[in-house]
Amino acid sequence: MANLSFIIFCPLVAAVLIALLPRTFNVLFRAVALLATGLSLLGAVRVFVGFDSAATGLQYEQHFRWVDALGIGYHVGVDGLNVGLVLMAALVAFAAVCVSREIRERQQLYYMLVLAMAGGILGAFASFDLFLFYFFHELALVPTFILIGVWGRGAQRNYATFKLTLYLSLGALVALIGLIALYVQAGQTSFNLLHLTRHLALNPMAPGTQSWIFGLLLFGFGILVSLWPFHTWAPLGYAAAPTAAAMLHAGVLKKFGLYGLIRIALPLLPAGAQSWMNLLALLCLGNILYCGLVALRQRDLNHLLGNSSVAHMGFAFLGIASLNVLGVTGAVVVMVAHGLLAALSFALSGFLYHRLGTLEMDQMGGLLQRLPFVGGVMVMAMFAGCGLPGFANFPGEALVLFGAWKSYPTVTVFACWGALVIAAVYMLRAVRAIWHGPPLDRWKDLVDAPNLWVKLPYALLLAGLLVFGCFPRLLTDPMQPVVSQIVQRIHGETVTP
Amino acid sequence: MTHFAAIGLELAVAATGLAVLLLDLWVRPEQRRWLTWTALLAVGGIFVASFALTVPEPARMFGGLYVLDELALFFKRFFLLAALLVLVVGQEFADRFSAGHAEYSALTLFALTGMMFAASANDFVLLFVALELVTITFYVLTSFQRRRVVSLEAGVKYLILGALSTGFLVYGLALIFGAAGTMNFEQLAASPPAVLESRLLTVGLLLVLVGLAFKIAAVPFQFWAPDVYEGAPLPTTAFLAVGSKAAGIVLLLRVWFVAAPALTSSWARPLLVVTALTLLYGVLCAIPQRSLKRLMAYSSIANAGFLLLGFCSGSAAGVAAVLFYLGGYLFAVLAIFLVATLAWRGTDSDAIADLAGLAQRSPLLAGVLTLGLVSLAGVPPLAGFFGKFLLLKSVLASATLHPGLYAVAVVALLAAVISLYYYFGVVRVVYWGQPAAAPQAPILLAWPARAALGLCVFGLLWLGCFPANVLNLAQLAAQSLPWR
Repeated sequence: MANLSFIIFCPLVAAVLIALLPRTFNVLFRAVALLATGLSLLGAVRVFVGFDSAATGLQYEQHFRWVDALGIGYHVGVDGLNVGLVLMAALVAFAAVCVSREIRERQQLYYMLVLAMAGGILGAFASFDLFLFYFFHELALVPTFILIGVWGRGAQRNYATFKLTLYLSLGALVALIGLIALYVQAGQTSFNLLHLTRHLALNPMAPGTQSWIFGLLLFGFGILVSLWPFHTWAPLGYAAAPTAAAMLHAGVLKKFGLYGLIRIALPLLPAGAQSWMNLLALLCLGNILYCGLVALRQRDLNHLLGNSSVAHMGFAFLGIASLNVLGVTGAVVVMVAHGLLAALSFALSGFLYHRLGTLEMDQMGGLLQRLPFVGGVMVMAMFAGCGLPGFANFPGEALVLFGAWKSYPTVTVFACWGALVIAAVYMLRAVRAIWHGPPLDRWKDLVDAPNLWVKLPYALLLAGLLVFGCFPRLLTDPMQPVVSQIVQRIHGETVTP
Repeated sequence: MTHFAAIGLELAVAATGLAVLLLDLWVRPEQRRWLTWTALLAVGGIFVASFALTVPEPARMFGGLYVLDELALFFKRFFLLAALLVLVVGQEFADRFSAGHAEYSALTLFALTGMMFAASANDFVLLFVALELVTITFYVLTSFQRRRVVSLEAGVKYLILGALSTGFLVYGLALIFGAAGTMNFEQLAASPPAVLESRLLTVGLLLVLVGLAFKIAAVPFQFWAPDVYEGAPLPTTAFLAVGSKAAGIVLLLRVWFVAAPALTSSWARPLLVVTALTLLYGVLCAIPQRSLKRLMAYSSIANAGFLLLGFCSGSAAGVAAVLFYLGGYLFAVLAIFLVATLAWRGTDSDAIADLAGLAQRSPLLAGVLTLGLVSLAGVPPLAGFFGKFLLLKSVLASATLHPGLYAVAVVALLAAVISLYYYFGVVRVVYWGQPAAAPQAPILLAWPARAALGLCVFGLLWLGCFPANVLNLAQLAAQSLPWR
């Protein structure tokens, strides 16, 4: 079970299986989906636990031939960088299937699409072949489109669906051109990431070439992560998406772009990276400050969460821009932490929407009395969003800020404002508007999550946040050798011109 | 190999067509549908038999008029497969013809013969004859619904514009023969420099290229496509989009890379402009379309642009990408037209809006249609993605030599994103569009239609997930062109 292909293909095979079941077997669809993502999660936990941080190189590696003529192979594995991401993705996928209880119509199609999304993103995080990496990520595009379109909510659903799809494909295609250019310019006949890394370490490309390819990758991947000013698809899309799609997308899929930057762009194009980092540091302030301020003004809970999630991406970008061990490590911790946090927040807001029929914060108030469990978890999630110690976001953001201080002190000052003041203001205002105050009569019949089974997904995600918050070394220790290798390559080149 | 063995596949197809025509005289009307099934089986058998044929060395027959090499064989298989699926679409569409079901199958087979000869053309004479065989049968196939005014209008438009393009072609041939004294591609390429640099030859070749540009619907010779596609019956439109375009492509490949490589390589820049314009025209005009057939017409123009990308890169990898892309295009387009035929049974509609509610009426059809559209949009794990990937890769690989290709790559990227918008617009209607009328009955499918749908889905997924086999065939075929 501790086998990466098993983790990736469990959801994908289950999706095909559901497609083949007769249309009337409504009970089975959900059961199969739960079983598949559950097995995936168990596999991911075993990989995480069995991961040996002392060893170097890839673990749980699997390599099969695929398209020999182009040097494309099926190559998956984990190292310190992605072992946490795979676990996070599997956890969020399981939680997303758990909270899909609210879906009553066309369940067959629904579970197929959610499983395809989950399998795609697990595959993308585990890939060590440029083509496979892209291929798996794009598997999620069509499912996201149909999920938001059919089960989405709100008057702007169509607009949001198309906006999200077009932005994501634009980003993906720009990144694809960057990846192909990288392959062509490297002059190698292999898409294998390890092979390319070794080759380019010995024969780096000309700095000018590196620079334009890095630009393509930066903006291609950047659009996928909602880098300011290409972020407008994200809050709209998440507000319109059904709960599971928002969880998977905001939580997991969006991290693909960041992962691509750290895994591919930084180590393969070290000189290119340096020429773009000043710009990236400025743009990430756009995420942190601008989107933070926008979040401040939102009246709809999902719009607030969407903007806050875009703002949090700014920290990951800042960590990358700092180009040192602390910063990049922090960026990866932020990715894992934010994945869990975004999934948890959207799961809870989906619960509220399902019970209340609205997410306008003006119409809520005093809900904590009626919903002690959900309210308590959500208050904790919002504290985690402000960066309270004890939750995984704190070590991530702290590491990013420490790292960034060395490279961009001025930017860091502003980012601190965004992290400590703006985030705290909008999160605490939301807590007050939704949970505190006198309870309204219209909500007096609300029922909290009734049993353990319903509470499970929220509890799991919260547990993840707390475990990585209290023991961040679980994430940072395995990451150390990989990140320092990447950083060394970047700075090694500047020292020896 | 004797001459007649070499054209065995074509002879078999033509004989089947004649047999269908003749048998129609004796078969009772209620049993005529069996004629189509027979034709279908025959084409399927010829398709399978074509894999028994191997050509270790290119065979030149009939005084160099006809060549049988891997490229020709690839395209013959392609055309056979396309015709096989078109016959199924035609059979499902037959209730909308007032008469002449057997003639429709026979004409499809004659057009197929023309296409298969085109795949082997090594001489401007065979190029012309094969193309005319295809075009003239298409005049009839286009206006086959003779009680529908739009169908007749489409036929007349196609006739007039087709005749115009034939005029260009013939004039070009005359000039080429006047300049070089030969019609053979290889002899022309080996002509002395004085001939190759003569203005007469340049003009002649340009006119031939114009005639071929008509066939593949490349800008600025694309204007016939939307009206003809819209008016023609669905199976004819499908065959036009796949077969006729691919016939244009294979002839263009031979003329461009075999007949005058020296001359055409100096036209790289105009080709870039044509490619970029074709891409942009196709995708931009497709956005406001409400008829699926017109949408597919503009999409076919845009796809001509994508195919021309492979010509732009001017490498064996580019040609292999073109061939692979065509394979994916075949399955996607035929899947879409087959679903459209089944979904619109009993109506005279071709409006995208009338596909609303298809996901409830038949999840299978909705799924197949989505796969076809998504493949055309170029999203993994489907064939269209791998085709676009190969094309972009070949363009970027050649771009180190010709920087203009970077600009074309950017245009292709924009075109791919825009195309996503209109393809996904159809998916939107299928899954969450509001049906205008009350919910319609579920759609029942006969087994041949199911088998054809299954074949399309299999093709799309197989080319997308396990592209190695077909890619090897395409690369082998691309190698049979002369590369310096």
